[in-house]
Amino acid sequence: MFNSIKLKSALLSVVLLVLLLGVWEGIYQAPQDSKPLTEYELLMGGATQEARVPPPSEIIKLGYEELSDPFYDAGPNDKGIGIQLGYSIYRVTVGFLLAALIAIPVGFLVGMSPLMYGALNPFIQVMRPISPLAWMPLALFIIKDSEISAIFVIFICSIWPMLLNTAFGVANVRKDWVNVARTHELSHIKTALLVILPAAAPTILTGMRISIGIAWLVIVAAEMLVGGTGIGYYVWNEWNNLNLASVIFSIFMIGVVGMFLDMTLAYAARWVEYQE
Amino acid sequence: MNTHFLQVQGLKKSYPGPGKSPETVIFEDANFNIEKGEFICVIGHSGCGKSTILNILAGLDEASDGVVIMNEKEVSGPSLDRGVVFQNYSLLPWRTALQNVTFAVQARWPEWSKERILEHSHRYLDLVGLKGAHDRKPSQLSGGMRQRVSIARAFATQPQLLLMDEPFGALDALTRGVIQEELIKIWTESKQTVFMITHDVDEAILLSDRILLMSNGPKARIAESVKVSIPRPRKRTDIIHHDNYYTIRNHLVDFLVNRSKLVSEDESAKQPYPKEITFPE
Ligand SMILES: Nc1ncnc2c1ncn2[C@@H]1O[C@H](COP(=O)(O)OP(=O)(O)OP(=O)(O)O)[C@@H](O)[C@H]1O
Ligand SMILES: [Mg+2]
Repeated sequence: MFNSIKLKSALLSVVLLVLLLGVWEGIYQAPQDSKPLTEYELLMGGATQEARVPPPSEIIKLGYEELSDPFYDAGPNDKGIGIQLGYSIYRVTVGFLLAALIAIPVGFLVGMSPLMYGALNPFIQVMRPISPLAWMPLALFIIKDSEISAIFVIFICSIWPMLLNTAFGVANVRKDWVNVARTHELSHIKTALLVILPAAAPTILTGMRISIGIAWLVIVAAEMLVGGTGIGYYVWNEWNNLNLASVIFSIFMIGVVGMFLDMTLAYAARWVEYQE
Repeated sequence: MNTHFLQVQGLKKSYPGPGKSPETVIFEDANFNIEKGEFICVIGHSGCGKSTILNILAGLDEASDGVVIMNEKEVSGPSLDRGVVFQNYSLLPWRTALQNVTFAVQARWPEWSKERILEHSHRYLDLVGLKGAHDRKPSQLSGGMRQRVSIARAFATQPQLLLMDEPFGALDALTRGVIQEELIKIWTESKQTVFMITHDVDEAILLSDRILLMSNGPKARIAESVKVSIPRPRKRTDIIHHDNYYTIRNHLVDFLVNRSKLVSEDESAKQPYPKEITFPE
């Protein structure tokens, strides 16, 4: 009874999906039969037909093949989609964790001290709107390693939401709770750990969630730039091979992995949430 | 020489006015003493500065002038010797009722073992009638239950002075009555010194030894100190039959309705406040 809405939504989702794929498949089939080849197409020897967006059936077939052996490795330009996604997830994780390691303590400092807030705020405000990819040339020049440069770009793009959310959460901890800590003569460290951290944790987690979302958006673009490995590189490479089914399947997988990354943090957020 | 447990001398609080206008004086010339084991209630109109005085006593706020001396030592900053029950309970919502109390007990006696801390905390939660609700989060407790946790937390640390800011303000009359009686019970056992703010005249008469009356702000004063000459133990149902009950009650109400405005306006009457008022038993 209580999940009848849920059930109905799920059913509707499936209907919409089938409808969408059906129309797509239909559009793909339709012109082939009806229209005669134009002069241009005749000249091209029917090549344009190969460049058409492939139908869902083809993509699903490819997806099945890819997913049944996701981790094969046959040289630098022929790796399974699992390996490519793995590289991207690895870079995002390392960059994100490094950013958290710095953003959360600094955010704490900024949130707790109006002096530090005033001092650091101009830097933050200027650095934050810079597209993370704009750092890439500089990173490549200084670091001279495309792998670490990609991680650096992830680091730089994930740091701001976490830093700002931490600072905001810490600065807005209810005064009453801080007063509870004060009347119990807690040291600064204990106040930070026992009162401010748990009070600000939901806001901090929200920042982390935003960060990982942005990091996953950015890694695709960054890997397209630096090449070598990763899902971004893979998409670009398949596009160069005109393998559109593979491109579409990768796009779908990027969405799925992004969703899982977000769900992981949403799950973590449930642990620190509290009701006032 | 200093025989009083707590002395408040010439206390004043003012805030800078907007721009170059003169400062706003919330209250000034507040003088009063509290003896060990006394239960003091403060009554006054909203905004006269009661919470401000309490926060200064707690060490959470700073006075603009004057001193607070407890145990012959000047109060500067918060201390575990002065427990506070805040108006809005101020429980930490991510901790259970029990964890809110152990938090305080552990801060008070860091050298205690885990078992001892738990045993002590359980005892105080039981004392305020919260058996069976120890492991619930504040959001799962009613307003009255939250206030009990807050009271248990304050009493559990056995402070020398207990400060309570309208602890029952948000409760319905029935719950209020029950918790008042629990408070009397704990207070009788612990012999704690209590300084409590209330809006409720009957509550003040039931609970306190002495009632401090504050005149209206700005420039409020502690105008009178009324002794509640009704013998203990007191019961809510019985004290209304005592001869002094209505005498005191009328005096308090008359002050609040008629005289509280006048005191602050009457500059010429700069007598050493507060006026001591006692009705013979
Ligand atoms: N930061 C501030 N700047 C200026 N005035 C302030 C400031 N904080 C408080 N006040 C004033 O101080 C006065 C006393 O406030 P306080 O909270 O002590 O009142 P109260 O007697 O506890 O009132 P209530 O019974 O409503 O709780 C109020 O009139 C308030 O406007
Ligand atoms: Mg108040």
